Amino acid sequence: MKHGLGLGVAAIFAATTAFAEAVEPTDVVFVDGAVEMSLSGQPGDPAAGAEVMNKGAGNCIACHEVSDLDHLPFQGEIGPALDGVADRWSVAELRGIVANAKIMFPESRMPSFYKTVGFIRLGDAYTGKAHGDGEVQPLLTAQQIEDVVAYLVTLKED
Amino acid sequence: MQLKAKTIGLVTTLSIACGPVWADPDTDQLTINGDITIITEAAAPSHMEYIDTIYSGWRFRSDETQAVQMDDFDNPGMLGVENALAAWDTEEGSEGKSCASCHGAAESLAGIRAVYPKWNEAKGMVTTLEMEVNNCRETRMGAEKWKYTGGDMTDMVALISSVSRGMPVNVAIDGPAQSTWEAGKELYYTRTGQLELSCANCHEDSYGLMIRADHLSQGQINGFPTYRLKNTKLNSVHARFKGCVRDTRAETFAPGSPEFIALELYVASRGNGLSVEGPSVRN
Ligand code: HEC
Ligand code: HEC
Repeated sequence: MKHGLGLGVAAIFAATTAFAEAVEPTDVVFVDGAVEMSLSGQPGDPAAGAEVMNKGAGNCIACHEVSDLDHLPFQGEIGPALDGVADRWSVAELRGIVANAKIMFPESRMPSFYKTVGFIRLGDAYTGKAHGDGEVQPLLTAQQIEDVVAYLVTLKED
Repeated sequence: MQLKAKTIGLVTTLSIACGPVWADPDTDQLTINGDITIITEAAAPSHMEYIDTIYSGWRFRSDETQAVQMDDFDNPGMLGVENALAAWDTEEGSEGKSCASCHGAAESLAGIRAVYPKWNEAKGMVTTLEMEVNNCRETRMGAEKWKYTGGDMTDMVALISSVSRGMPVNVAIDGPAQSTWEAGKELYYTRTGQLELSCANCHEDSYGLMIRADHLSQGQINGFPTYRLKNTKLNSVHARFKGCVRDTRAETFAPGSPEFIALELYVASRGNGLSVEGPSVRN
Protein backbone atom coordinates (compact mmCIF):
# COMPACT_ATOMS: atom_id res chain seq x y z
CA MET A 1 0.00 0.00 0.00
CA LYS A 2 2.64 2.43 1.10
CA HIS A 3 4.84 1.48 -1.82
CA GLY A 4 2.04 1.88 -4.29
CA LEU A 5 1.35 5.41 -3.14
CA GLY A 6 5.01 6.42 -3.40
CA LEU A 7 5.19 5.17 -6.96
CA GLY A 8 1.98 6.91 -7.86
CA VAL A 9 3.25 10.26 -6.58
CA ALA A 10 6.51 9.81 -8.47
CA ALA A 11 4.58 9.05 -11.66
CA ILE A 12 2.37 12.11 -11.28
CA PHE A 13 5.42 14.30 -10.59
CA ALA A 14 7.21 13.02 -13.71
CA ALA A 15 4.10 13.67 -15.75
CA THR A 16 3.78 17.27 -14.48
CA THR A 17 7.40 18.03 -15.36
CA ALA A 18 6.92 16.56 -18.79
CA PHE A 19 3.76 18.56 -19.43
CA ALA A 20 5.04 21.89 -18.07
CA GLU A 21 6.55 22.85 -21.42
CA ALA A 22 8.77 25.91 -21.43
CA VAL A 23 7.51 28.82 -23.50
CA GLU A 24 9.72 29.11 -26.59
CA PRO A 25 11.74 32.33 -26.74
CA THR A 26 9.92 33.31 -29.92
CA ASP A 27 6.49 32.76 -28.28
CA VAL A 28 6.90 34.93 -25.18
CA VAL A 29 4.07 37.45 -24.86
CA PHE A 30 5.14 40.87 -23.59
CA VAL A 31 2.57 43.37 -22.33
CA ASP A 32 4.14 46.78 -21.75
CA GLY A 33 7.50 45.02 -21.41
CA ALA A 34 6.19 42.60 -18.76
CA VAL A 35 5.65 38.83 -18.96
CA GLU A 36 2.82 37.47 -16.79
CA MET A 37 3.36 33.68 -16.88
CA SER A 38 6.34 31.64 -15.70
CA LEU A 39 8.48 30.83 -18.75
CA SER A 40 9.23 27.32 -17.50
CA GLY A 41 5.84 26.64 -15.98
CA GLN A 42 7.69 26.09 -12.69
CA PRO A 43 8.48 28.35 -9.76
CA GLY A 44 12.01 29.77 -9.62
CA ASP A 45 14.67 28.95 -7.06
CA PRO A 46 16.21 32.15 -5.61
CA ALA A 47 19.44 30.40 -4.54
CA ALA A 48 20.01 29.09 -8.06
CA GLY A 49 19.14 32.57 -9.33
CA ALA A 50 21.84 34.14 -7.16
CA GLU A 51 24.36 31.81 -8.84
CA VAL A 52 23.25 32.93 -12.31
CA MET A 53 23.68 36.57 -11.21
CA ASN A 54 27.39 35.83 -10.74
CA LYS A 55 28.41 33.22 -13.26
CA GLY A 56 28.14 31.93 -16.78
CA ALA A 57 25.85 33.51 -19.34
CA GLY A 58 23.97 35.48 -16.66
CA ASN A 59 26.87 37.40 -15.12
CA CYS A 60 24.47 40.21 -14.17
CA ILE A 61 26.95 41.75 -11.73
CA ALA A 62 29.25 42.49 -14.66
CA CYS A 63 26.95 45.49 -15.08
CA HIS A 64 24.93 45.75 -11.84
CA GLU A 65 25.80 46.27 -8.20
CA VAL A 66 23.90 44.13 -5.69
CA SER A 67 24.68 44.77 -2.00
CA ASP A 68 23.17 41.41 -1.08
CA LEU A 69 25.98 39.80 -3.14
CA ASP A 70 28.68 41.93 -1.46
CA HIS A 71 30.93 38.90 -1.02
CA LEU A 72 31.43 38.82 -4.80
CA PRO A 73 34.16 41.23 -5.94
CA PHE A 74 34.14 43.42 -9.06
CA GLN A 75 30.54 44.46 -9.45
CA GLY A 76 29.91 46.59 -12.52
CA GLU A 77 28.33 50.02 -12.94
CA ILE A 78 26.83 49.95 -16.43
CA GLY A 79 23.27 49.47 -15.20
CA PRO A 80 21.54 50.71 -12.03
CA ALA A 81 22.22 49.01 -8.70
CA LEU A 82 19.60 46.33 -8.16
CA ASP A 83 19.09 46.98 -4.45
CA GLY A 84 15.36 47.36 -3.82
CA VAL A 85 14.54 46.43 -7.40
CA ALA A 86 11.49 44.42 -6.23
CA ASP A 87 9.98 47.62 -4.80
CA ARG A 88 10.26 49.28 -8.19
CA TRP A 89 9.01 46.48 -10.45
CA SER A 90 6.39 43.71 -10.27
CA VAL A 91 7.31 40.06 -10.80
CA ALA A 92 5.90 40.19 -14.33
CA GLU A 93 7.93 43.31 -15.12
CA LEU A 94 11.11 41.78 -13.72
CA ARG A 95 10.53 38.67 -15.83
CA GLY A 96 10.05 40.84 -18.91
CA ILE A 97 13.21 42.87 -18.19
CA VAL A 98 15.37 39.79 -17.71
CA ALA A 99 13.88 37.98 -20.73
CA ASN A 100 14.27 40.95 -23.08
CA ALA A 101 15.15 44.29 -21.48
CA LYS A 102 14.99 46.09 -24.82
CA ILE A 103 11.20 45.91 -24.79
CA MET A 104 10.97 47.82 -21.48
CA PHE A 105 14.02 50.00 -22.26
CA PRO A 106 14.44 50.50 -26.02
CA GLU A 107 18.11 50.60 -27.12
CA SER A 108 19.24 49.35 -23.69
CA ARG A 109 22.79 48.07 -23.39
CA MET A 110 21.39 45.16 -21.36
CA PRO A 111 21.55 41.89 -23.33
CA SER A 112 18.32 40.03 -24.12
CA PHE A 113 18.62 36.80 -22.16
CA TYR A 114 15.68 34.91 -23.66
CA LYS A 115 16.00 35.60 -27.34
CA THR A 116 17.14 33.42 -30.23
CA VAL A 117 16.61 35.39 -33.44
CA GLY A 118 17.57 38.70 -35.01
CA PHE A 119 21.28 38.83 -34.18
CA ILE A 120 24.02 40.34 -36.36
CA ARG A 121 27.04 38.06 -36.89
CA LEU A 122 25.95 35.61 -34.23
CA GLY A 123 28.98 33.72 -32.92
CA ASP A 124 29.49 30.32 -31.34
CA ALA A 125 29.61 31.50 -27.70
CA TYR A 126 32.97 33.22 -27.03
CA THR A 127 35.01 31.45 -29.72
CA GLY A 128 34.84 34.30 -32.24
CA LYS A 129 33.68 31.75 -34.82
CA ALA A 130 30.34 31.81 -36.64
CA HIS A 131 27.42 30.14 -34.91
CA GLY A 132 26.66 27.77 -37.77
CA ASP A 133 23.34 26.13 -38.57
CA GLY A 134 22.63 24.53 -35.19
CA GLU A 135 19.70 25.60 -33.04
CA VAL A 136 20.35 28.88 -31.24
CA GLN A 137 20.09 28.58 -27.46
CA PRO A 138 19.02 31.67 -25.50
CA LEU A 139 21.64 33.06 -23.07
CA LEU A 140 19.61 31.68 -20.17
CA THR A 141 17.13 28.77 -20.10
CA ALA A 142 13.49 29.37 -19.17
CA GLN A 143 14.17 27.92 -15.73
CA GLN A 144 17.26 30.09 -15.21
CA ILE A 145 15.17 33.17 -16.02
CA GLU A 146 12.62 32.05 -13.41
CA ASP A 147 15.42 31.45 -10.89
CA VAL A 148 16.88 34.92 -11.46
CA VAL A 149 13.45 36.52 -11.20
CA ALA A 150 12.81 34.60 -7.96
CA TYR A 151 16.10 36.02 -6.65
CA LEU A 152 15.32 39.61 -7.78
CA VAL A 153 11.97 39.41 -5.97
CA THR A 154 13.93 39.06 -2.69
CA LEU A 155 15.70 42.39 -3.29
CA LYS A 156 13.50 44.66 -1.18
CA GLU A 157 14.75 47.74 0.67
CA ASP A 158 14.58 47.21 4.50
CA MET B 1 25.73 64.65 -21.82
CA GLN B 2 22.71 63.42 -19.94
CA LEU B 3 24.32 60.04 -19.67
CA LYS B 4 27.51 61.44 -18.18
CA ALA B 5 25.51 63.39 -15.61
CA LYS B 6 23.83 60.16 -14.56
CA THR B 7 27.24 58.50 -14.41
CA ILE B 8 28.63 61.07 -12.03
CA GLY B 9 25.62 60.64 -9.75
CA LEU B 10 26.09 56.91 -9.71
CA VAL B 11 29.80 57.10 -9.01
CA THR B 12 29.23 59.50 -6.12
CA THR B 13 26.66 57.19 -4.52
CA LEU B 14 29.03 54.29 -4.88
CA SER B 15 31.98 56.06 -3.32
CA ILE B 16 29.87 56.83 -0.27
CA ALA B 17 28.65 53.25 -0.09
CA CYS B 18 31.93 51.40 -0.44
CA GLY B 19 34.93 53.71 -0.21
CA PRO B 20 37.19 54.57 -3.12
CA VAL B 21 36.06 53.28 -6.49
CA TRP B 22 37.13 53.78 -10.07
CA ALA B 23 35.61 56.74 -11.75
CA ASP B 24 36.10 58.76 -14.88
CA PRO B 25 39.62 59.25 -16.28
CA ASP B 26 42.12 60.40 -13.67
CA THR B 27 44.02 63.69 -13.90
CA ASP B 28 47.55 62.26 -14.17
CA GLN B 29 49.95 63.62 -16.78
CA LEU B 30 52.15 61.42 -18.94
CA THR B 31 55.77 62.21 -19.70
CA ILE B 32 57.98 59.37 -20.94
CA ASN B 33 61.63 59.23 -19.84
CA GLY B 34 61.09 62.64 -18.28
CA ASP B 35 61.34 63.92 -21.83
CA ILE B 36 58.52 63.02 -24.25
CA THR B 37 55.30 64.83 -23.35
CA ILE B 38 52.22 62.83 -24.26
CA ILE B 39 48.86 64.50 -24.83
CA THR B 40 46.37 62.17 -23.12
CA GLU B 41 43.38 64.54 -23.23
CA ALA B 42 42.15 66.72 -26.07
CA ALA B 43 39.05 68.33 -27.48
CA ALA B 44 37.16 65.74 -29.53
CA PRO B 45 37.55 66.09 -33.31
CA SER B 46 34.58 67.85 -34.86
CA HIS B 47 33.28 64.67 -36.53
CA MET B 48 32.45 63.17 -33.14
CA GLU B 49 28.84 63.81 -32.22
CA TYR B 50 28.50 62.39 -28.72
CA ILE B 51 31.81 63.07 -27.00
CA ASP B 52 33.39 66.43 -26.13
CA THR B 53 36.75 65.30 -24.77
CA ILE B 54 38.91 62.40 -25.84
CA TYR B 55 41.27 60.55 -23.49
CA SER B 56 44.05 58.06 -23.97
CA GLY B 57 43.44 54.65 -22.41
CA TRP B 58 46.43 55.43 -20.16
CA ARG B 59 44.22 57.77 -18.11
CA PHE B 60 41.94 54.88 -17.13
CA ARG B 61 44.67 52.58 -15.84
CA SER B 62 45.89 52.23 -12.24
CA ASP B 63 48.86 54.26 -11.01
CA GLU B 64 50.97 51.08 -11.01
CA THR B 65 50.18 50.26 -14.63
CA GLN B 66 50.63 53.90 -15.66
CA ALA B 67 54.09 54.02 -14.08
CA VAL B 68 55.38 51.11 -16.18
CA GLN B 69 54.93 53.21 -19.32
CA MET B 70 56.74 56.28 -17.99
CA ASP B 71 60.25 54.90 -18.43
CA ASP B 72 61.51 52.88 -21.39
CA PHE B 73 63.64 50.74 -19.08
CA ASP B 74 60.49 49.59 -17.28
CA ASN B 75 58.28 49.28 -20.37
CA PRO B 76 58.42 45.63 -21.54
CA GLY B 77 57.06 46.77 -24.91
CA MET B 78 60.46 48.32 -25.60
CA LEU B 79 61.93 44.80 -25.82
CA GLY B 80 59.79 44.36 -28.93
CA VAL B 81 61.18 47.64 -30.27
CA GLU B 82 64.69 46.30 -29.70
CA ASN B 83 63.87 43.09 -31.59
CA ALA B 84 62.52 45.18 -34.44
CA LEU B 85 65.67 47.34 -34.51
CA ALA B 86 67.65 44.16 -35.19
CA ALA B 87 65.19 43.14 -37.92
CA TRP B 88 65.39 46.68 -39.34
CA ASP B 89 69.07 46.14 -40.16
CA THR B 90 68.76 42.50 -41.30
CA GLU B 91 69.02 41.89 -45.04
CA GLU B 92 66.39 39.41 -46.16
CA GLY B 93 64.79 38.06 -49.32
CA SER B 94 65.84 37.82 -52.96
CA GLU B 95 66.86 41.49 -53.20
CA GLY B 96 69.33 41.26 -50.30
CA LYS B 97 67.91 44.37 -48.69
CA SER B 98 66.97 45.43 -45.19
CA CYS B 99 64.61 48.20 -44.11
CA ALA B 100 67.74 50.28 -43.45
CA SER B 101 68.90 49.85 -47.07
CA CYS B 102 66.05 52.08 -48.23
CA HIS B 103 65.04 54.07 -45.13
CA GLY B 104 68.32 54.62 -43.29
CA ALA B 105 67.73 55.04 -39.57
CA ALA B 106 64.36 54.05 -38.11
CA GLU B 107 63.92 57.67 -36.96
CA SER B 108 63.40 58.57 -40.62
CA LEU B 109 59.88 57.19 -40.20
CA ALA B 110 58.99 59.72 -37.49
CA GLY B 111 55.49 61.06 -38.14
CA ILE B 112 54.33 58.02 -40.10
CA ARG B 113 52.41 56.26 -37.31
CA ALA B 114 50.42 59.46 -36.71
CA VAL B 115 48.82 59.48 -40.17
CA TYR B 116 48.01 55.78 -40.68
CA PRO B 117 45.73 54.18 -41.82
CA LYS B 118 46.03 56.29 -44.95
CA TRP B 119 44.84 56.35 -48.56
CA ASN B 120 47.36 54.61 -50.83
CA GLU B 121 47.12 56.04 -54.31
CA ALA B 122 48.94 53.19 -56.06
CA LYS B 123 46.82 50.51 -54.40
CA GLY B 124 43.60 52.53 -54.66
CA MET B 125 42.67 51.71 -51.08
CA VAL B 126 43.25 52.67 -47.48
CA THR B 127 46.22 50.76 -46.08
CA THR B 128 47.49 50.12 -42.58
CA LEU B 129 51.10 50.21 -41.35
CA GLU B 130 51.12 46.41 -41.28
CA MET B 131 50.16 46.32 -44.96
CA GLU B 132 52.89 48.80 -45.82
CA VAL B 133 55.47 46.75 -43.93
CA ASN B 134 54.43 43.63 -45.82
CA ASN B 135 54.40 45.55 -49.08
CA CYS B 136 58.06 46.50 -48.51
CA ARG B 137 58.92 42.94 -47.56
CA GLU B 138 57.27 41.36 -50.58
CA THR B 139 57.82 43.82 -53.41
CA ARG B 140 60.99 45.66 -52.35
CA MET B 141 62.91 43.00 -50.43
CA GLY B 142 61.57 39.84 -52.09
CA ALA B 143 61.02 38.44 -48.61
CA GLU B 144 58.11 36.48 -47.18
CA LYS B 145 55.34 38.53 -45.70
CA TRP B 146 54.78 38.46 -41.96
CA LYS B 147 51.60 37.25 -40.29
CA TYR B 148 49.34 40.27 -39.76
CA THR B 149 49.22 40.06 -35.97
CA GLY B 150 52.43 38.01 -35.53
CA GLY B 151 55.27 38.93 -33.18
CA ASP B 152 57.69 40.16 -35.91
CA MET B 153 55.04 42.42 -37.36
CA THR B 154 53.82 43.81 -34.05
CA ASP B 155 57.40 44.48 -32.93
CA MET B 156 58.07 46.38 -36.17
CA VAL B 157 54.91 48.45 -35.78
CA ALA B 158 56.01 49.17 -32.20
CA LEU B 159 59.35 50.45 -33.51
CA ILE B 160 57.64 52.64 -36.11
CA SER B 161 55.27 53.98 -33.42
CA SER B 162 58.04 54.63 -30.93
CA VAL B 163 59.77 57.14 -33.20
CA SER B 164 56.51 59.13 -33.44
CA ARG B 165 55.78 59.26 -29.73
CA GLY B 166 54.43 62.64 -28.67
CA MET B 167 53.26 63.58 -32.16
CA PRO B 168 49.50 64.15 -32.51
CA VAL B 169 47.45 61.50 -34.30
CA ASN B 170 46.14 63.08 -37.47
CA VAL B 171 44.55 60.60 -39.87
CA ALA B 172 42.74 61.98 -42.91
CA ILE B 173 39.07 61.03 -43.19
CA ASP B 174 38.07 63.03 -46.23
CA GLY B 175 38.85 62.75 -49.93
CA PRO B 176 39.36 59.20 -51.18
CA ALA B 177 39.47 57.80 -47.62
CA GLN B 178 35.98 58.99 -46.82
CA SER B 179 33.98 55.96 -47.91
CA THR B 180 36.28 53.65 -45.93
CA TRP B 181 35.87 55.92 -42.92
CA GLU B 182 32.08 55.81 -43.29
CA ALA B 183 32.19 52.00 -43.43
CA GLY B 184 34.27 51.96 -40.26
CA LYS B 185 31.84 54.26 -38.52
CA GLU B 186 28.96 51.98 -39.47
CA LEU B 187 30.78 49.03 -37.89
CA TYR B 188 31.55 51.03 -34.75
CA TYR B 189 27.85 51.58 -34.11
CA THR B 190 26.64 48.09 -35.13
CA ARG B 191 25.50 45.91 -32.24
CA THR B 192 26.95 42.48 -32.88
CA GLY B 193 26.68 38.99 -31.43
CA GLN B 194 24.29 37.46 -28.96
CA LEU B 195 25.05 40.23 -26.45
CA GLU B 196 24.13 42.83 -29.10
CA LEU B 197 26.79 45.30 -28.06
CA SER B 198 28.55 47.80 -30.31
CA CYS B 199 31.95 49.42 -29.78
CA ALA B 200 30.01 52.57 -28.90
CA ASN B 201 27.94 50.82 -26.20
CA CYS B 202 31.09 50.15 -24.22
CA HIS B 203 33.58 52.84 -25.30
CA GLU B 204 31.29 55.81 -25.93
CA ASP B 205 28.22 55.24 -23.72
CA SER B 206 30.03 53.61 -20.79
CA TYR B 207 33.65 54.77 -20.59
CA GLY B 208 34.76 55.53 -17.07
CA LEU B 209 32.48 52.80 -15.68
CA MET B 210 33.41 49.36 -14.45
CA ILE B 211 32.29 46.33 -16.43
CA ARG B 212 32.97 43.56 -13.95
CA ALA B 213 36.73 43.96 -13.18
CA ASP B 214 37.50 46.20 -16.16
CA HIS B 215 37.57 49.99 -16.11
CA LEU B 216 36.21 50.97 -19.51
CA SER B 217 38.24 53.47 -21.53
CA GLN B 218 37.29 55.15 -24.79
CA GLY B 219 38.94 52.30 -26.69
CA GLN B 220 41.47 54.63 -28.32
CA ILE B 221 44.26 53.19 -30.45
CA ASN B 222 46.86 55.96 -30.12
CA GLY B 223 48.78 53.68 -27.71
CA PHE B 224 49.13 50.69 -30.01
CA PRO B 225 50.80 48.31 -30.05
CA THR B 226 50.03 47.89 -26.35
CA TYR B 227 51.97 45.66 -24.02
CA ARG B 228 49.30 43.98 -21.89
CA LEU B 229 50.24 42.78 -18.44
CA LYS B 230 47.42 40.25 -18.83
CA ASN B 231 48.95 38.32 -21.75
CA THR B 232 52.52 39.62 -21.33
CA LYS B 233 53.07 40.56 -24.95
CA LEU B 234 52.64 43.35 -27.44
CA ASN B 235 49.14 43.39 -28.93
CA SER B 236 48.22 44.79 -32.31
CA VAL B 237 45.16 46.88 -33.09
CA HIS B 238 43.37 44.17 -35.06
CA ALA B 239 44.04 41.56 -32.38
CA ARG B 240 42.38 43.88 -29.85
CA PHE B 241 39.41 44.50 -32.16
CA LYS B 242 39.06 40.75 -32.59
CA GLY B 243 38.97 40.22 -28.82
CA CYS B 244 36.37 42.92 -28.27
CA VAL B 245 34.09 41.61 -31.04
CA ARG B 246 34.48 38.04 -29.78
CA ASP B 247 33.40 39.23 -26.33
CA THR B 248 30.02 40.21 -27.74
CA ARG B 249 29.54 36.52 -28.63
CA ALA B 250 29.86 37.43 -32.30
CA GLU B 251 31.69 36.03 -35.30
CA THR B 252 34.73 38.30 -35.53
CA PHE B 253 36.34 39.71 -38.65
CA ALA B 254 39.84 38.56 -39.62
CA PRO B 255 42.88 40.71 -38.86
CA GLY B 256 43.77 42.57 -42.05
CA SER B 257 40.22 42.26 -43.41
CA PRO B 258 38.62 45.23 -45.20
CA GLU B 259 36.22 45.57 -42.26
CA PHE B 260 38.98 45.90 -39.67
CA ILE B 261 40.97 48.27 -41.91
CA ALA B 262 37.91 50.52 -42.12
CA LEU B 263 37.27 50.20 -38.39
CA GLU B 264 40.91 51.05 -37.66
CA LEU B 265 40.69 54.23 -39.75
CA TYR B 266 37.50 55.25 -37.98
CA VAL B 267 38.75 54.49 -34.46
CA ALA B 268 42.09 56.20 -35.21
CA SER B 269 40.17 59.30 -36.31
CA ARG B 270 38.39 59.40 -32.96
CA GLY B 271 41.85 59.90 -31.47
CA ASN B 272 42.94 62.74 -33.76
CA GLY B 273 44.70 65.16 -31.39
CA LEU B 274 45.99 62.62 -28.85
CA SER B 275 49.69 61.78 -28.99
CA VAL B 276 51.07 58.62 -30.50
CA GLU B 277 52.23 56.64 -27.46
CA GLY B 278 52.94 53.11 -28.68
CA PRO B 279 54.27 50.88 -27.40
CA SER B 280 52.05 51.63 -24.42
CA VAL B 281 51.33 49.55 -21.32
CA ARG B 282 47.86 48.40 -20.34
CA ASN B 283 46.46 45.67 -18.11
C1 HEC C 1 25.89 44.78 -20.42
C2 HEC C 1 25.19 45.33 -19.30
C3 HEC C 1 24.09 44.59 -18.55
C4 HEC C 1 23.99 43.26 -18.17
C5 HEC C 1 24.99 42.15 -18.44
C6 HEC C 1 22.77 43.15 -17.42
N1 HEC C 1 22.14 44.35 -17.37
FE1 HEC C 1 20.38 44.75 -16.36
N2 HEC C 1 20.43 46.68 -17.03
C7 HEC C 1 21.46 47.25 -17.76
C8 HEC C 1 21.14 48.66 -17.99
C9 HEC C 1 22.02 49.64 -18.77
C10 HEC C 1 19.88 48.89 -17.38
C11 HEC C 1 19.10 50.21 -17.33
C12 HEC C 1 17.95 50.17 -18.27
C13 HEC C 1 18.19 51.02 -19.48
O1 HEC C 1 18.87 50.56 -20.39
O2 HEC C 1 17.74 52.18 -19.50
C14 HEC C 1 19.48 47.65 -16.78
C15 HEC C 1 18.30 47.48 -16.03
C16 HEC C 1 17.98 46.35 -15.31
C17 HEC C 1 16.84 46.23 -14.41
C18 HEC C 1 15.89 47.37 -14.03
C19 HEC C 1 16.60 48.06 -12.87
C20 HEC C 1 15.90 49.25 -12.26
O3 HEC C 1 16.28 49.60 -11.15
O4 HEC C 1 15.04 49.85 -12.89
C21 HEC C 1 16.86 44.96 -13.90
C22 HEC C 1 15.90 44.34 -12.93
C23 HEC C 1 18.01 44.28 -14.49
N3 HEC C 1 18.67 45.15 -15.33
C24 HEC C 1 18.37 42.97 -14.21
C25 HEC C 1 19.44 42.30 -14.80
C26 HEC C 1 19.71 40.88 -14.61
C27 HEC C 1 18.94 39.98 -13.69
C28 HEC C 1 20.79 40.58 -15.41
C29 HEC C 1 21.44 39.24 -15.67
C30 HEC C 1 20.63 38.10 -15.93
C31 HEC C 1 21.22 41.83 -16.03
N4 HEC C 1 20.36 42.82 -15.65
C32 HEC C 1 22.32 41.93 -16.87
C33 HEC C 1 22.61 46.62 -18.19
C34 HEC C 1 22.90 45.26 -18.04
C1 HEC D 1 31.38 44.36 -23.86
C2 HEC D 1 32.16 45.57 -23.82
C3 HEC D 1 33.04 45.93 -24.99
C4 HEC D 1 32.73 46.07 -26.31
C5 HEC D 1 31.38 45.84 -26.98
C6 HEC D 1 33.92 46.51 -26.98
N1 HEC D 1 34.96 46.62 -26.10
FE1 HEC D 1 36.82 47.35 -26.47
N2 HEC D 1 37.37 47.00 -24.54
C7 HEC D 1 36.53 46.51 -23.55
C8 HEC D 1 37.26 46.40 -22.31
C9 HEC D 1 36.70 45.90 -20.98
C10 HEC D 1 38.58 46.85 -22.59
C11 HEC D 1 39.76 46.97 -21.60
C12 HEC D 1 39.65 48.25 -20.82
C13 HEC D 1 39.68 49.46 -21.71
O1 HEC D 1 40.73 49.90 -22.15
O2 HEC D 1 38.59 49.98 -22.03
C14 HEC D 1 38.60 47.24 -23.99
C15 HEC D 1 39.72 47.75 -24.65
C16 HEC D 1 39.73 48.21 -25.95
C17 HEC D 1 40.86 48.84 -26.59
C18 HEC D 1 42.23 49.09 -25.95
C19 HEC D 1 42.36 50.50 -25.47
C20 HEC D 1 43.72 50.80 -24.91
O3 HEC D 1 43.95 51.94 -24.48
O4 HEC D 1 44.58 49.92 -24.89
C21 HEC D 1 40.47 49.15 -27.86
C22 HEC D 1 41.30 49.82 -28.93
C23 HEC D 1 39.10 48.72 -28.01
N3 HEC D 1 38.68 48.16 -26.84
C24 HEC D 1 38.34 48.87 -29.16
C25 HEC D 1 37.04 48.34 -29.34
C26 HEC D 1 36.33 48.34 -30.60
C27 HEC D 1 36.84 48.97 -31.88
C28 HEC D 1 35.16 47.70 -30.39
C29 HEC D 1 34.10 47.29 -31.37
C30 HEC D 1 34.50 46.50 -32.48
C31 HEC D 1 35.10 47.36 -28.99
N4 HEC D 1 36.27 47.74 -28.39
C32 HEC D 1 34.02 46.74 -28.35
C33 HEC D 1 35.19 46.19 -23.69
C34 HEC D 1 34.47 46.26 -24.88
